[in-house]
Amino acid sequence: MSETIGFLEPRQAVLDRRLEIIADLADLLPEGSLISDERGLKPFETDAFLAYRRIPLAVALPETTEQVAAVLKYCSRYGIPVVPRGAGTSLSGGAIPQEDAVVVGLSKMSRILDIDLFNRAATVQAGVTNLNISEAAGADGFFYAPDPSSQLACTIGGNIGMNSGGAHCLKYGVTTNNLLGVKMVLFDGTVIELGGKALDAPGYDLVGLVCGSEGQLGIVTEATVRLIAKPEGARPVLFGFDSSEAAGSCVADIIAAGIIPVAIEFMDKPAIEICEAFAQAGYPLDVEALLIVEVEGSEAEMEAMLRSIVEIARRHGVKTIKESQSALEAALIWKGRKSAFGATGRIADYICMDGTVPLSQLSHVLRRTGEIVAGYGLRVANVFHAGDGNMHPLILYDINDPEDAARAEAAGNDILKLCVEAGGCLTGEHGVGIEKRDLMRYQYSQADLDQQMAARAAFDPHWLLNPSKVFPLEGRPAA
Amino acid sequence: MIVHFEPPSEEGIASVVRSASAERVALSIVGGGTRTGLGNPVRAARTLSTRRLSGIVTYNPSEMTMSALAGTPLSEIEAALEAKGQMLSFEPMDHRPVFGTSGEPTIGGVFAANVSGPRRYVAGAARDSLLGLRFINGRGEAIKAGGRVMKNVTGLDLVKLLAGSHGTLGILTEVTFKVLPSPPAAATVVVSGLNDAEAAAVMAEAMAQPAEVSGAAHLPESVRGRVIDGALPEGAATVLRLEGLADSVALRAQGLSEAIARFGPVSQLDTAQTKRLWADIRDVKPYADGTTRPLWRVSVAPSAGHQLVAALRLQTGVDAYYDWQGGLVWLRMEADPEAELLRRYVRAVGGGHATLLRAGEDERARIPAFEPQPAAVAQLSERLRASFDPSRIFNPGRLAAIA
Ligand SMILES: Cc1cc2nc3c(=O)[nH]c(=O)nc-3n(C[C@H](O)[C@H](O)[C@@H](O)COP(=O)(O)OP(=O)(O)OC[C@H]3O[C@@H](n4cnc5c(N)ncnc54)[C@H](O)[C@@H]3O)c2cc1C
Ligand SMILES: Cc1cc2nc3c(=O)[nH]c(=O)nc-3n(C[C@H](O)[C@H](O)[C@H](O)COP(=O)(O)OP(=O)(O)OC[C@H]3O[C@@H](n4cnc5c(N)ncnc54)[C@H](O)[C@@H]3O)c2cc1C
Repeated sequence: MSETIGFLEPRQAVLDRRLEIIADLADLLPEGSLISDERGLKPFETDAFLAYRRIPLAVALPETTEQVAAVLKYCSRYGIPVVPRGAGTSLSGGAIPQEDAVVVGLSKMSRILDIDLFNRAATVQAGVTNLNISEAAGADGFFYAPDPSSQLACTIGGNIGMNSGGAHCLKYGVTTNNLLGVKMVLFDGTVIELGGKALDAPGYDLVGLVCGSEGQLGIVTEATVRLIAKPEGARPVLFGFDSSEAAGSCVADIIAAGIIPVAIEFMDKPAIEICEAFAQAGYPLDVEALLIVEVEGSEAEMEAMLRSIVEIARRHGVKTIKESQSALEAALIWKGRKSAFGATGRIADYICMDGTVPLSQLSHVLRRTGEIVAGYGLRVANVFHAGDGNMHPLILYDINDPEDAARAEAAGNDILKLCVEAGGCLTGEHGVGIEKRDLMRYQYSQADLDQQMAARAAFDPHWLLNPSKVFPLEGRPAA
Repeated sequence: MIVHFEPPSEEGIASVVRSASAERVALSIVGGGTRTGLGNPVRAARTLSTRRLSGIVTYNPSEMTMSALAGTPLSEIEAALEAKGQMLSFEPMDHRPVFGTSGEPTIGGVFAANVSGPRRYVAGAARDSLLGLRFINGRGEAIKAGGRVMKNVTGLDLVKLLAGSHGTLGILTEVTFKVLPSPPAAATVVVSGLNDAEAAAVMAEAMAQPAEVSGAAHLPESVRGRVIDGALPEGAATVLRLEGLADSVALRAQGLSEAIARFGPVSQLDTAQTKRLWADIRDVKPYADGTTRPLWRVSVAPSAGHQLVAALRLQTGVDAYYDWQGGLVWLRMEADPEAELLRRYVRAVGGGHATLLRAGEDERARIPAFEPQPAAVAQLSERLRASFDPSRIFNPGRLAAIA
């Protein structure tokens, strides 16, 4: 397809030294931890933002923090760009490499180091998957709260890179609110430890700055995260509405009433149909919009909360209410929602937007989103975290039709502009990556961006860590 | 002679900063004048106060967000929130009782010092509620970071970085933060007569229950009588707070009491008593004695708090109480020099940090208020600081040993 998003020009000096670099890196790593043949490199050419692909120079798969440090020290010495990578499920192109870059993949660092129930903390290597943490603590009645739909695959390192969220973040917060500390390697190979089981470390909140920094400040090799005691019970309930607007204003009213369920997820008709066809979750097909509201606590608490929520839903003309009657039904309801992206991917190519808007703007932005996408002659399915205003319009298109792809990208840009104009932001949980990089000026002035870039340079003065991402290519400081 | 500036606008602040930067004259950043004792003393020829940059800009109770100018008195914000049944979830402590100051704390000062109270260990610190801000950097430029929505990964999170930076990276001019509905009811489950180690075990047990405990503190016998006018039952008090709807609080209090009854005699406090108790714990009432005797605020893993105190007691007299499930230790010691001893023991129990919260002028001049950082982190912090304030004019010395 035609590419509208540019990458930095590969450094010829690096490309020229390719074989030497590969030989040197191989010396720093154990057998079988360096990939440099074309077939081996292919799986690393992109992430879940499939429209862009670049074969990297090499892929290093270190097994220890020391090996990560050795690789970074080498790359910093010779001015070689590095792209950190977890599972490669980024939806914004955050993990897409470039021709002159060494990908440092954390997949071999996948050990859980310590589950400390007394202090409610888990320390894990960066390549551990999100779900693994909850599974490791589950038998003892604890879990790790942020739950991206990709949790089976995505790594905690990637979650930190993107400050990932999930359906249950309405109550428990996103990654940054659940991250206690990191061990991380700076680009010059220095290993630092930030935060830990003691709260409120003195000095600057570097853990907070690193979270969501999209692999530009260093490579995280270990993380300490908060574990939370599982609630007594949890129950998702389905609410069907005759219009998206009614569902949207119902969400705003639930929050306004001071009720904070664990999750409020939204699906419009196209999304309901796609998910139901895939997961047979029992979603009603005769409604225009669906809310999944999950409450938790004791039986009595859930009853009380649901009573108030049902009352509000009635005021908004709710058409169907369906309570899950068993654990199996509850799991099915979530399976439908969590497979939304995968199910959509089976019927069409899509790009997933991630703008976040104030709740009062939800209905307006939903309506305008529909109009914008229709204006480009395309279709859209909406499935998203409504409780915190984090929208995910999936714009359906054909990746093999360059014009279609260009229209999808243009529609996406219009939607993100709309989100910013409505008082929101470009991305709530998927990150800027390359996808929204050139839109950063919608949200920030040059002075704002300059300040962020100056902070970035304090970590990576020569702009070699994930260098093509996040900040528009023009207007960067001279490295 | 110290020159004092109180610009009434963001642009006014920017212009004071620009001239200070051009002349390379240091500025001491002042909010309400209530946390004079926090951090190392600042030496600066000019002070800049945000006092006149005051007022709530927007408050959307239905979206649970508020924006306010940095110099807005905290009391004005809390009153506006209370009128709508909402609150700041991080319970900022009032430093006036311990410092013996009388000014009006500002919301800018609260976020600049990341001031957080008992709920912090479950609901997050001030920084977790902060959604967006405007600030003036050391070049005198107005910078915007974050926004007013709950989820935002658009670029680097300068919001977190500025929170707790004690005015050394920029002068906050406007802050936007999340608020939460105030729980209509609260209760405190009290277990009496436990020693520090037993208390730590009970608090950990309580946190493993699905009871949603939102405060876990231990007040040894020496401290117990100095909160809520001595109304707690005889013996050391391990206190566990529950908040929410009245029915739910009652149910959870009952469940929790049963789960921990085997540890010792259990009693309960009602909503009103609970509010007073946790305000006293938050504001360090037991040590707000009108003196400047050194007071330490030590943050360690919850399991290590009592170990630290026990180890110190083998060396010297220690008076202490615990918040945050045992991970926040407020302590006074009789040793001298106490800083080295304390910081060495903190490292020995697994690491954390001891902050000298209050002390006389002599001690403050001698002892770095904040735990010194490892060299690599200090250097990184210094580079970061230079990227915001290249001529190093903001609050010089405040974070000595940090950056
Ligand atoms: C003329 C004059 C009058 C004074 N009057 C009084 C008085 O009446 N009562 C009194 O107690 N003291 C008074 N002081 C002392 C002065 O207020 C303290 O020395 C001041 O340094 C402490 O700030 P604070 O407690 O207001 O900061 P807080 O508002 O409590 O802030 C704490 C920390 O955050 C920083 N900070 C505060 N606001 C911001 C912001 N918007 N952006 C970035 N950082 C910020 C501060 O620098 C400090 O490090 C006065 C000083 C002068 C020069
Ligand atoms: C089907 C599907 C559903 C999804 N659902 C959600 C959702 O509900 N919520 C959500 O927030 N996201 C969701 N995502 C997006 C994605 O899963 C998250 O962004 C995830 O955190 C990425 O993790 P990863 O391990 O795949 O990281 P990658 O994609 O490999 O990398 C992500 C970013 O982090 C950096 N990075 C990776 N590891 C490290 C490290 N160790 N140190 C430093 N930087 C590092 C990379 O350079 C890159 O910038 C979804 C994706 C898919 C495909």
